Amino acid sequence: MTAAPSPVVSLREVTKRFPGVIANDRVSLDFFPGEVHALLGENGAGKSTLISMLAGVQRPDEGEIAVDGAAVAIASPRHALSLGIGTVYQHRMLVPTLTVAENLMLGAPWWRRPALGGVRARFREAAAAFGVSVDPDARVENLSLGEQQQVEIIRALWRGGRLLVLDEPTAMLSPKGVEELGAMMGRMKALGIGIVFITHHLTEALDFGDRVSVLRGGRSVGGIAPETLTALPRADAMAEVVRLMFGTGLASAEAAEGGAHVPRALPNTKMLEVVGLSGRSPRSGSSFEDVSFHVRKGEIFGIAGVDGNGQTPLAEALAGQIAATGSVVLDGRELGPANVALRYQLGLRYATDDRNGEGMVGKLPISTNMVLKEIGAAPFWRRGIERRAAIDAHASALFAAHDVRAPGIHTPVGRLSGGNIQKVLLARELSGSPKVIVYSKPTHGLDLRNIEATRRRIRETAEAGVATVLISTDLGEVLALSDRIGVMVRGRLVGIVENGPEARLEVGRLMAGITEREAA
Amino acid sequence: MTESTEFITGATPAAPRFGFLLPLGLALLPVMAALVAAGLVLLVLGSDPIEYYSYVVQRGLLRWRGLQATVVNMVPLLILGGALIVSFRSGLWNLGIDGQYLLGTLTAGATAPLLAGAFPSIVALPLAMLAGAVAGALWALPPALLRARAGINEVISGLMMSLIAASLTAAAIKLWLKDPASLEPQTLTLPVEDRLPLLAGTDINIGIFIALGLVIAAHTLMMRSATGLRFRILGLNPAAATHAGLGVPKLTLSVLCLSGALGGLAGAVELTGVLGKMQASWHPGYGFAVVPLVFLARMNGWAVIVFVFAFSVLQIGSASAATRLGVPQDFTLVLVGFLLLFLALSEYAGERLRAKKV
Repeated sequence: MTAAPSPVVSLREVTKRFPGVIANDRVSLDFFPGEVHALLGENGAGKSTLISMLAGVQRPDEGEIAVDGAAVAIASPRHALSLGIGTVYQHRMLVPTLTVAENLMLGAPWWRRPALGGVRARFREAAAAFGVSVDPDARVENLSLGEQQQVEIIRALWRGGRLLVLDEPTAMLSPKGVEELGAMMGRMKALGIGIVFITHHLTEALDFGDRVSVLRGGRSVGGIAPETLTALPRADAMAEVVRLMFGTGLASAEAAEGGAHVPRALPNTKMLEVVGLSGRSPRSGSSFEDVSFHVRKGEIFGIAGVDGNGQTPLAEALAGQIAATGSVVLDGRELGPANVALRYQLGLRYATDDRNGEGMVGKLPISTNMVLKEIGAAPFWRRGIERRAAIDAHASALFAAHDVRAPGIHTPVGRLSGGNIQKVLLARELSGSPKVIVYSKPTHGLDLRNIEATRRRIRETAEAGVATVLISTDLGEVLALSDRIGVMVRGRLVGIVENGPEARLEVGRLMAGITEREAA
Repeated sequence: MTESTEFITGATPAAPRFGFLLPLGLALLPVMAALVAAGLVLLVLGSDPIEYYSYVVQRGLLRWRGLQATVVNMVPLLILGGALIVSFRSGLWNLGIDGQYLLGTLTAGATAPLLAGAFPSIVALPLAMLAGAVAGALWALPPALLRARAGINEVISGLMMSLIAASLTAAAIKLWLKDPASLEPQTLTLPVEDRLPLLAGTDINIGIFIALGLVIAAHTLMMRSATGLRFRILGLNPAAATHAGLGVPKLTLSVLCLSGALGGLAGAVELTGVLGKMQASWHPGYGFAVVPLVFLARMNGWAVIVFVFAFSVLQIGSASAATRLGVPQDFTLVLVGFLLLFLALSEYAGERLRAKKV
């Protein structure tokens, strides 16, 4: 195979819609042989949909996918493989109790006697070609995640694959694993295999990619071609990618931001002070370390950062959901060990982004969900027995005040739309006398009208004196609402920026891992 | 009262005039279908289904003695139903209920005769019941701890605990608790006059009131109290329980131990009311009879009472019918099996119909 200038696979104006969302909007991309094409984008930018169309799991609504210049309708994952498109997903897909060789034979027809010897030999051959050393007779469960990934890559290319799609391949790897993956990709490139490298880490895209493209809001918003990328100094390339990912060029993004930031005079009372806080979420395993900041009365403190850099465990630790070391002081009072109910009562509220997953109990009525964090407390319960009238009166008041659109307060929350669930959630977190509110991605997954309403609500409550922590991966949102902005990278708060005309660039730099010292 | 709002999700404000017909049909049709299907099996077995059914109704329900036997038969089933309501509504599957029942029966059998010798029965019997409940809770503890600490499935460990319980109770009776005066391996016998008092002029002991009280208490606990709401949230959405600051491991332990305590209590009430002694071979397997009933009742306490009553009529009636008509004793289970099958089908059909309307 020679590195011909014509692409192996091309996407031509590919559009894919799901009810209420356009996941991919006229995306055109070319994937060339012997080239690593880094595809960057936030969660929800349309990366997964793109992959599933290449893998034959889904089909485009409009536009076409061309292999070797000819349009093909990829009917199934099997078909994709036979066309030479192999996909390796983020989560391992091998049977842990079988050996490597046995896993590789799983696709074989059932009537044929398994040719274990042949598979072993071929695996060794492929492993040698790609520079990896995995024993084909090792049980998969005894392999490291990196080794399992290598096996999956070999399997994806088993039938002579020419384009390898890697979905966030570094997400679960150790630094050494990432290095090995880099070496393996180098070998594959040399063999003329095209690689689609999907990631949301800027640095990785630039480390491994020969070509970089950026997806944003389902659209391909631009990229850097190989010639430019090699010629450009790294810092400039980084700045260019940051501009593409978060830049002001998009009209729709501007509209969604809902106006620019206006500097405000704030009282100097520290409502929330966090000092040296560290913690780890037992659920996701992600963690944050040594985070310190304060929020004044009425101030909105934005926390920007790419998803998965420790924002969620930080929010959970502030809410008292997970244990953490360090100090959290609310209005002069040290909060001590984790205790959700107490913190809620004292006025520290947490509006989670996982509204259906943890924020609400879908089968319970709106009224019960409104008091979910006050179970057993007066006036809704007396001596442990619920007082339905009090619960209903409370719910009715909030129902009206927050303009929830539902048949009634006894409707199960699970039957409401996302926007209305968000209203119920905010109603609960804002009820009583909140002092500090932590929002986690408050507009994620909402439509424009509800995004607007939510942002207005955030602004109004802050103006009413509530200290606000706004965690968002949408930089436009953070810039539009915050007074100061902290940036989180790999579990650390790497810097705090005063909001202003220069803030966008500074935040972008911090996100890209360029600390002020390096830049200077 | 709308104690089951979480299930009545499709109640539209302006229901059509005959809107009640659909749910009624969905409830009655499967019962009819089960009766017909079981009748066909009876035909194959060479018995007259009409005769069988009328015999069942007559012996289990219409005859005074039969009705009394039915009511007495309900006692342990009802309490076990309460135990399962607590567990199932919390999304935990305490299928070790039979083991907890056996341990409760054994403990009451070992303690009640001794206590009755030392105290008046108004003190002795509650103490024996308490002992039975504690034994049940302790027997539920290992699976509960495994589940709460290490996330180990409580179904498997509970079932294994039941197997151990069956052998352990038999061994304990044969080795340590055997009544020396008896040929059979069994505990000392609680004298009839020391047992739970009978309702005047009947064979029914006041255990039925204890049982009814416990089922309704379990139902009320789950549907009306703060503790019950915490338990239900654990079942409906464990992540939300964590989010709302409810300690999931502690809740898990509480649910399974409470359920185990009720399981043990079921045995203790039956022992102090009817059995009087625990025999080494006693292993009625009530748990698996009650599990489907609780599901049919959708974990609603009031409905559990109705289903347990119907099941009891069937059991008592078919016991007589079986000897009379030569139908196997276990034919009741065939009928219950059909009922479950058809109810599941009607559930599915109902979902489809509702989905179509929306």
